[in-house]
Amino acid sequence: MNLQQDSRQNIEPEHVPLPGHDVPWVVRARQSAFERFAAHGFPTRREEEWKYTDVSAIGKRASLKPAPPDPTSDAAALILFRDSGHLMVFVDGHYSGELSAAGELPAGVRLASLADMLNEAADLPEAFFDQLHEHTIFAALNNAFATGGAVLNLAPGTVLDAPVYLLFIASGQGAAIYPRNIVIAGEGASATVIEHYLGVIDAHNFTDVVTQISLGAGAQLQHCKLVQEGSGAFHVAGIHAEQAADSRFVSHSFVLGGRLTRNDITSSLNEPGCLCTLNGLYLLDGKQHVDHHTRIDHIAPSGISREYYRGIMNGESRGVFNGKLLVHPGAVKTDAHQANHNLLLSRQACVDTKPQLEILADDVKCTHGATVGQLNDDSLFYLRSRGVDAALARSLLIYGFANDIIEKVGVPDLRARIRHLVLERLPQGGQIKVML
Amino acid sequence: MLTIKNLHAQINGKEILRGIDLNIRAGEVHAIMGPNGSGKSTLAQLLAGREGYQVSAGSVDYLGRDLLAMMPEERAREGVFLAFQYPVEIPGVSNALFLKTSLNSIRKHHGLTELDAMDFLHLLRDKMKLVGMDESFLSRAVNEGFSGGEKKRNEILQLAVLEPRLAILDETDSGLDIDALKLIADGINGMRNPERAIVLVTHYQRLLNYIVPDVVHVLSQGRIVKSGGAELALELEQHGYGWVEAEYAARNAAQER
Ligand SMILES: Nc1ncnc2c1ncn2[C@@H]1O[C@H](COP(=O)(O)OP(=O)(O)O)[C@@H](O)[C@H]1O
Ligand SMILES: [Mg+2]
Repeated sequence: MNLQQDSRQNIEPEHVPLPGHDVPWVVRARQSAFERFAAHGFPTRREEEWKYTDVSAIGKRASLKPAPPDPTSDAAALILFRDSGHLMVFVDGHYSGELSAAGELPAGVRLASLADMLNEAADLPEAFFDQLHEHTIFAALNNAFATGGAVLNLAPGTVLDAPVYLLFIASGQGAAIYPRNIVIAGEGASATVIEHYLGVIDAHNFTDVVTQISLGAGAQLQHCKLVQEGSGAFHVAGIHAEQAADSRFVSHSFVLGGRLTRNDITSSLNEPGCLCTLNGLYLLDGKQHVDHHTRIDHIAPSGISREYYRGIMNGESRGVFNGKLLVHPGAVKTDAHQANHNLLLSRQACVDTKPQLEILADDVKCTHGATVGQLNDDSLFYLRSRGVDAALARSLLIYGFANDIIEKVGVPDLRARIRHLVLERLPQGGQIKVML
Repeated sequence: MLTIKNLHAQINGKEILRGIDLNIRAGEVHAIMGPNGSGKSTLAQLLAGREGYQVSAGSVDYLGRDLLAMMPEERAREGVFLAFQYPVEIPGVSNALFLKTSLNSIRKHHGLTELDAMDFLHLLRDKMKLVGMDESFLSRAVNEGFSGGEKKRNEILQLAVLEPRLAILDETDSGLDIDALKLIADGINGMRNPERAIVLVTHYQRLLNYIVPDVVHVLSQGRIVKSGGAELALELEQHGYGWVEAEYAARNAAQER
């Protein structure tokens, strides 16, 4: 066990005031999760799933103890689009009613902070909080310490037009932040959820977040995640979806900031006719490290999955993509495609990309492709032959490479916002921005 | 406007252009014809500034400047335009953004104000009509998923928007059906003017029925083996390139003796 500075006593959940501390099943769930974490500790690179990502620095942190609420923090200044539907703001993992504006919700839709749900033990199926995903110990740690996050519960047939915008602000230095989000979409319900992680410039917080998603028959969820943590921050996340018949799950993952980010994104297509799309873009510089581990389980027949991930690595950064695709026996007529393309902009940058396909059913169509390359000379010459200088041509090509993924986002505001963020990172991006 | 003297160029040590002499004046239309592999595209790309060619001898003067010493973008800004034989796809960059970036780069170079979104759209609408392109092409990524003919039209759209002084069109006619060919020929004819020179690279005579050149050159194995008037193109159409090459060989042999 490598909790180096905290004594076990100090961080055991029973000694930290956490939401739901009066509710026996919550306390039990936290305690058993903590035991699991304490017994296992942080994963090491000897474990296959963590081969390329070294999390030992997290274990050496001053504290894993959840950050306390800080009423003095000036997080309001960081809110980007206040008028975008249903806004919930969390500062260092704690819900801020003051900064939030949940807006009008249609009948049958409940949107609340996890803390309120745990304290009331209301409306929240026990199983969601108890449920652990065996493939990451970080989920156990989150279960032990979750302080905030959103619970969105959509009754069958309810449609939420405006996006639910969850903004997680890391204000302090070195705080440990444990958000937990739960989305339950009943039969035929539909919604869009945005998770935005924003850290102040040089923050070196540790965020450990879990998002659980349950889609009923025919339900639709578009999930967008944007990581813009501070330059010293660690961000480890799990997004786990369970899909019933004919449901559609679309996930977008954008990582633009943070020192180390690890996203585990999984979906299980449990019943026939599901559609699952996982898109992602990572744009890295300096010593940034971003690791996406995705996993799609085709369990029932006639499922369709699409996966488009792209990476742009500059400086000494490192990207990791591991795309697991499992077609279980009986999942006939599965149609799956996966692509991961990477652009290396410097000699010191690197990427590890690994498709992992296990196909145990007949009559399926599964394709995949992965590339690692540099900017194309023919494209550069084409642009220059039209009067565009070399530096601007390069930025334009990088933008285009990223934009193919950004375009897939179904929220116009967010799409524009991400475009701008990407352009701000490109040497001649400013020139392109004014021409959009 | 453009004077090429004894130009020799190699690709990876293989000599492709073997002594080209060419003089093009403003207001003229030249056709460069020749069999596949004779070096037409090499010449065109070299003039536009593509890297990877070693010029071992000769010179190219463009409006009093050493063209070969200029960067590709500099050449474009000074009015050189190449319509590519194989236009390049640029995923994720819309045709509108591409054209705007290009036009504004050139305008800025000439000290003109950059066009704003409204003015640009007006300009573009007119030009698109000229080449028979639908407005939906503006929001599509540059050449991505375009048919062969659409790519060629897109090149001519760029030509019409950028209004260069020296336009080199590399096989713009290939892949076009007869209606599109006529439309594009009309567009090009409309751009003929005393200040502009146009070079049509082609190996069919077809295009020259619609755009009548002042001079026709035959390129073979990296050399211009014959130059003549518009009627030369018709002769080539009827009798092929063999006789021109034979004539050139005989003339050379006679000189050596
Ligand atoms: N990048 C290259 N490397 C080697 N040889 C080349 C390259 N590009 C062109 N060539 C050769 O140069 C010759 C002329 O090609 P090209 O200029 O494309 O001819 P054309 O346009 O007249 O058909 C051909 O023999 C071709 O194979
Ligand atoms: Mg050619």
